[in-house]
Parts: sequence; C-alpha cells; structure tokens
Amino acid sequence: MNIFEYSIFEYFLKPGSFDVLVNIIIILVKIAIVLGVVMFHVAYATYFERKTIGRMQVRMGPMEVGPHGLLQPIADMLKLFFKEDIIPEKADKTIFYIAPIVSLMAAMSSLAVIPFYKDFAVANINIGLLFILAMSSLGSYGIILSGWSSDSKYAFLGGLRSSAQVLSYEIAMALSLVGVMMMAGSLNMNEIVKAQAEYPTGLYLIPQIIGFFVFVVAALAETNRTPFDLPEAESELVAGYFVEYSGMRFALFYVAEYVGMIIMGCLAATCYFGGWTIPWYIIKILPFLKYVPGVVWFTLKVYFVVFCYYWIRATVPRYRYDQLMSIGWKLLIPLALANIAITGIIKVMVK
Amino acid sequence: MVEIIFGYFAITILIISLLVVTSRNPVHSVLWMLLLFFHVAGIYLLLNAEFLAATQIIVYAGAILVLFLFTIMLLDLREEMQIQRFTRGWPAGLLISTGVLIVLITGLKGFKTTFVGQWDIKEIEEATHTKALGKVLFTEYLLPFEIASLVLLIAILGAVVLAKKKLKT
Repeated sequence: MNIFEYSIFEYFLKPGSFDVLVNIIIILVKIAIVLGVVMFHVAYATYFERKTIGRMQVRMGPMEVGPHGLLQPIADMLKLFFKEDIIPEKADKTIFYIAPIVSLMAAMSSLAVIPFYKDFAVANINIGLLFILAMSSLGSYGIILSGWSSDSKYAFLGGLRSSAQVLSYEIAMALSLVGVMMMAGSLNMNEIVKAQAEYPTGLYLIPQIIGFFVFVVAALAETNRTPFDLPEAESELVAGYFVEYSGMRFALFYVAEYVGMIIMGCLAATCYFGGWTIPWYIIKILPFLKYVPGVVWFTLKVYFVVFCYYWIRATVPRYRYDQLMSIGWKLLIPLALANIAITGIIKVMVK
Repeated sequence: MVEIIFGYFAITILIISLLVVTSRNPVHSVLWMLLLFFHVAGIYLLLNAEFLAATQIIVYAGAILVLFLFTIMLLDLREEMQIQRFTRGWPAGLLISTGVLIVLITGLKGFKTTFVGQWDIKEIEEATHTKALGKVLFTEYLLPFEIASLVLLIAILGAVVLAKKKLKT
C-alpha cells in the first residue's frame, strides 16, 4: 500500500512500525525541496513580472543590479529584510502580527498536495482538490484580519472588499473544478492527471473549455490580481489591506500573493493541461519528447499560466466593484453550473 | 495512539470553545472559532471522514466564519468592549446547562456499538470516503437530502425578499 494514500494521521497510527521515523524524514525532505524550489520561483516570479510588463510597455524593466537586472530579487529581499518594522499605535497587535503569517500559511499549505511529477507530492491525499479549495478560502482571513487590525480606513476598506470578492469567486472556482472532478471521477490530484493521460484528447482543456474559462477568471479574482485587484487598488485605497505594513511583514504578504499565483498555475496545469504528462498524439508525432522528464512539462505549463497572469495585468484595466460582483454572480456561476450539467449529461450518454 | 490524539482534540476543543465565549473582543472570538473548526476537522479525519473534514473547512471556516467576521468588523468595537460580557440571567443558564450535562452523562450508559452496516471502515477506505458518501447520499437518503436543500433555498429566498422590501421604501 502506498504510504501516502490516506490521511497522515491514519498513517502514524499504524502500531509498532519503525518506518514511521523514516517516512517522517522523507516527508521533511520533500517539504524542504518543494519549499526551496517554490521560494526560488517566487523570487524570480517578481523579476519575470517586471521584465514581462516592462517589455509589454516598451521599457527595459530592471537592468541595474547584475546582468540584465538578474540579481534584483535578491536586492529587493535584502532591502525588505532590513527595513524598519512599523506597527500602528492603535493596531490590535496580536492580530496584526499573525495576519501575514495566516496569509502565507494558507498559500503554502496548498503546495503539499500538488503532484509535481508522477507520484511526487508531499501528501498524496484522496481529497487533494478539496484541500486546495479549503486552503485558498482561508487566504481571505489574512487579508481581512490585516485590514481590520491596522486601524486604518484604507486597509479596512481593502479588507472588506477582499472578503466579499474571495467569497463570491470561491463558489465559481469550486464549481468550475467540479467538471474536472466528474470527468476524472476522483479528487486525488494524481488520479486526475492519470485520468487525463488516458482521455482521448490528453488534456481536459478541450472538453472543459467553459470550466477552464470560469476557472481562469475566478483564479485571477481569488489571488487579487489585475483586473480584479480591488482590495489593493492603488488609485483608490493607496495600497489596500497591507497599507500599514512595512519591512518583513509586508514581504510576507507579497510572497503569499505570488505563492497563491503559482498554486493557481499548478492547479490549472494539473486539472486542465495534463500535469506532468503530454498528450499521446504529440509523442506520436515527435517521439523523442517522451524522454523529457515530466517535471519539465509541469513547470513549463505553470510558467505559461503565470505568464498569462502578467499578460492580463499589462492589458486589462481594473473593473469597477459592482462589475466585479455581477461578473462573479451573474456570469461565472451560471456558466459553471451549465458546465456541470453538460458534463454530466455527456458522461451519462457516452456510458 | 488513537486515544491520545482524540484526547488532544477533545480537550482542545473544550478549551477553545470556552475561549470563544469568554473573549472580550468579538474578532478574537471568531479567530478562536476558526481554530475550533480546524480541530473539529481533525476529529473527522480521525474517523476516516476526509470529505467531511474538507467541507468543514471550506464551508464553515472559508465561508460562514468569514461572513461572521465581515459583520463583526462593521460593529463599533470600542463601544462593544465596554458592554458586560455576561447577561444578568447567567445563573439560570448555568443551571440549565448543568442539567443538560447530567442528562447527557446518564445517557452515556445507553451507548453501545450496534451491527456494522454495509459501509464499514474497510469498505469506505477502498471506495474513498467521497464516493461512499455520495453513493449513500444520492440513493438511500435522496429525499432527506432534497428536503434539506429545499429548506436552504427557502432561507435564501426569505433573505432576498427581506432585502428587496427595504430597497423599495
């Protein structure tokens, strides 16, 4: 039996096994690898974003630190690390301290269930997809709490906006993923990828195109990215919910946002782009591609999604708040429901 | 080992629920409640009910509690924190809850494990909990399930009607 098959709890409860210690060490090593790789990607995602948007706006982007500005993320990190940590006098100190940590924790814990390549996930649990949904819904706590605890109007408004936004788009996102769950017949991320590889088109992107559209829009809103970055709309709210944060605590929010973006990229790659596999017909045309390790395909797919995030940011202006709400409730949720119904009907008919 | 973990969850749930009702700051209460929901989800995991654990977090922690927080943040907390935490009738409440506790403790004796149904733990583990739950819910218990959704629908309609009335006037 695969040791990561069920909940971690149940595994530890197996009596009298020395393997427990070995497996704890294996899990810890896996966590260290995943965190290390993701944190590196977060640092360079900022650089990539500035470069991409710079090019799209006919600028050079960061150029000063290192060749082509390659050391810019490290310089930014050092700057944020040594900045003074200011806490507003009337802030609720405890909540002010824990808000960024909650934000980061919610974003990071989703990484545990993502299969980066065949059977490599920190925890291969049966409810992987639900786990990610649960964790992404917790992300709003960090934002609301930071907005409330800083005792500032701008931060407070940002927090309120964000809580309403994340609540409404969470429904659309969960419903859009139901189509994938129905097609794969499982909530386990590994099983979803395996089911996709066996599917005639090799990816769920084509049969689930409506679901994918809903997912992409909802993912933009969930991670508070443009065009739905109302919680931090700088022209209205200065910087939104983290306006009172500085130094390391601000950096934690920043990291949480980018980790959230990478999670959404991973989720799109696993659920719609076939995870670590590539469609069989591509291998048939170009047979040498099957020697490329799966993790390369996975990362390429994630990079593509993250690039689309930047692309959208450089292209689309911010929506008004009522527009945001009506898109969520009147367009995305009915579309996602229709997608579920269509998927169900087709699945029954094909059977 | 199971008993130790269960004991941890049970005791922590009790302590946290006390903290929820005794915190002076409502926002702190909500945060304690968040922690409480996580521990309840932990108990579901101990019972092999992974789907319930996940929905517990998604629905209660991710949606309902956020709405609570949303409402509480709109209160004037500086005024709220001056108000006495316990109403004057608390001795009566204590009496009633002690009575309920005694009834529950005497009722504990009546508990016994009955026959094992079609879905014992081994079967659920094989079919995965989500599938097992779905099968039972949509075949055997379809009617109660639909009735529950109807009740929720009525609640939603009621809220909409109440909100609309205010808009007109």
